[in-house]
Amino acid sequence: MESNIVFDNVSKFYGEVLGVNRVNLSIAPGITSLVGPNGSGKTTMMNLMTGLLRPSQGRILVLGIHTERPDKLFKKVGYCTQYDSFPKGLTGRQLLHSLLCLHGRTQGESAQGAKKALEKVGLTDAADRRIAAYSKGMRQRIKLAQAICHEPQVLILDEPLNGLDPLARSEMLALFRELAAGGVHIIISSHILYEVDLISDRVILLNRGFVVAEGNIQEVRDEMKEHPRQIFIRCTKPNVLAARVFELEQGVEVKLHEDRRGLLVRTRTPDQFFLMMNQVVLDNDLEVEFVAPSDDDVHSVYEYLIGSESEIL
Amino acid sequence: MAMADNRVSREIAGFPWGLWLRQIAAIIRLEVRKNFLGRRALWIYLLVLAPVFLIGAKAFMPSHEGEWSQFGKAGIVYAGIFQFYYLRMGIFFACVGIFTYLFRGEVLEKSLHFYFLTPVRREILVVGKYLSGWLTAATLFTISVGLSFVFMYVPYGSMGGDYFAKGPGIGQLLAYTGVTLLACLGYGSVFLLMGLIFRNPVIPAMSVLGWESINFLLPPFLKKVSVIYYLQSLCPVTLPSGPFAILADPSPAWIAVLGLLGLTLAVIGVAGLSIRRMEISYGAD
Repeated sequence: MESNIVFDNVSKFYGEVLGVNRVNLSIAPGITSLVGPNGSGKTTMMNLMTGLLRPSQGRILVLGIHTERPDKLFKKVGYCTQYDSFPKGLTGRQLLHSLLCLHGRTQGESAQGAKKALEKVGLTDAADRRIAAYSKGMRQRIKLAQAICHEPQVLILDEPLNGLDPLARSEMLALFRELAAGGVHIIISSHILYEVDLISDRVILLNRGFVVAEGNIQEVRDEMKEHPRQIFIRCTKPNVLAARVFELEQGVEVKLHEDRRGLLVRTRTPDQFFLMMNQVVLDNDLEVEFVAPSDDDVHSVYEYLIGSESEIL
Repeated sequence: MAMADNRVSREIAGFPWGLWLRQIAAIIRLEVRKNFLGRRALWIYLLVLAPVFLIGAKAFMPSHEGEWSQFGKAGIVYAGIFQFYYLRMGIFFACVGIFTYLFRGEVLEKSLHFYFLTPVRREILVVGKYLSGWLTAATLFTISVGLSFVFMYVPYGSMGGDYFAKGPGIGQLLAYTGVTLLACLGYGSVFLLMGLIFRNPVIPAMSVLGWESINFLLPPFLKKVSVIYYLQSLCPVTLPSGPFAILADPSPAWIAVLGLLGLTLAVIGVAGLSIRRMEISYGAD
C-alpha cells in the first residue's frame, strides 16, 4: 500500500488568486513541517490534503486514497484545523462522542474513544463543560482530541500550538513525538520555527504558493551553496584559528567573539574547515569547548530562502 | 476497535448499509437536538403554536350565539386555515428556517467542517440532515394540525364528538396529517437544496413563495409545476375558488403523492451531487 502523501502537479486558485501552484511532492512517514509566511499556502495545502478544498488542477493521494473519498480518507486521517468554532451547545465529551458515532462506532465504543482522547490532551476535568465556555487553550486541545480520537494514521495539524501556554506546548510536542514514534504520519504547520526545528524530520518551505524547498533540513541547507555556512566555535586562542581560516580557499569571514573566547566562521567549504581546525587544535594545543553550525536550523534556512517578511518567530 | 472494523468490513461486500444507517442515526441525533433546542427554534415554535392558541382560545371561551348553526361551516373554516395558514405560511416558513439552515447555518457558524472531517459520504450527510429537518418539521406540525383540528370542533360539544366518532372527522384529520407530512417532505427538500447552493437562500425562497402564491392565477399546465397544487389536491375539503382563479382539475391522489415523493427524491439527488463539489471556504461566505 502507498505510504506517502502525494501531490501530483497540484494547483489551487481562488478565482484569480493563487493558493498553491504546481506542487509536486511525495511526503514520507514521520514528522513533516510546513513552513512559510502568512498567505504562503500552508493552510491551502492542508485543506487540499483533507478534501476541504478541491484542486483546480492535479490530484492528491493520501496513503493511496483520493481526497474525494471522505468515507475512506477519514478512517486514516485526522485534521486539526485553524477554525476556532464548534457545533453549538455541545460539551467536549459530547463532541467527541458524536464524531466517533459518525465513524460508525457503537455508543459504548464512542464513549470509550472519547474518554481516551480527552485523557491524551489533558481535558478530562473539563470534558463535561460546554465548549463555548472553554478558554482558547482548551479549545485548541479539544480540536486536537477531535483529530486524534479515531486513532488516525495521518495527523494533519494546522498551527496546533496556537493559544497554548509553554507547559501545554511542551506537552503537545511530546504527544506529537509519541504519536510519530508509534508510526503516525504527522504534517504540522507552525509559525514558531524553533519548535518546528525540535520535532521535524523534514520541512516543506512555502512562499507565495510555491514550494521553495523540501526535505531534511540539513539536506536543504547543504543545497544552498550560495550562502556560506556559519560555524561557531568556543575555544582558547581563537585568534590562532582565525588566522588559519584565511588560508582556506573558500573562507569568507571570521568574527572574533567579544570575550575573546570564541569565533564565528563563515565558509563555503565546511568539511575543509573542520579538517583544518582539527590540525590547528592539535598543533597549538587549543582547548575546544564547543563547535556548532549556527545556520543549519529551520529559522536560518527560512531566512535565506524566504526572508523575514512575516511574523515568524 | 477490532469489533467495529470487523463489522464494517463485513458490510463492504455489498454496500455498507449498516454503517450508513448508524451514521444517519448519529447525524439525526446531533441535528434534531439543534433544531429543537436552538435559539432559532423560537420563531418556529411561534409559527407552530399560533393557530393552536387562537383556535384553542376560541374553543374554550364561553359559547356564542348562533354557534350551533355554524357547525356545518367549521370544516370550510378549517380548510381555509389549513390551506392559507399552514400550507402557505406556517409550514412554508418553518421549512425555510429549518432546512436552509441545515447547511447554510453551519457555514455561517463555521462548523460544517466537523462533518466533512469524518468518514461519512457527503450524500449520506445530505440524507441525514434532511431526515433530521423532516422529523423536526413533521413532528411540530402534525401536533399543531392535530390539536387545532380537534379544538375546531370542541365548541360543538357532543356534535363535535360525533363528527369524529361517526362522521368524517378522523378521516379528515388523517388526510390533513398526511398532507402536512408531504408538505414538509416537498418544501423541505427544495429549501435544503437552496441552503446548499445559494449564499443567501432567502431570496430564492421568497421567489418560491411568490410562485406558490400566484398558483391560482396560473394556467393548468403551469399549476402543475408547484408543490401547492399537489398538496391542495390531497386536502379533504375543497375551498371555493376566488373570482379571478383559473380553474384546473385537482390531481388524482396517487399522482399527487408519487409526484411529491418523486420531486423530493430528485431534489435530494441534486443536493447529493451538489455537496460533492462543496468546499469549505468560510472566508468567502
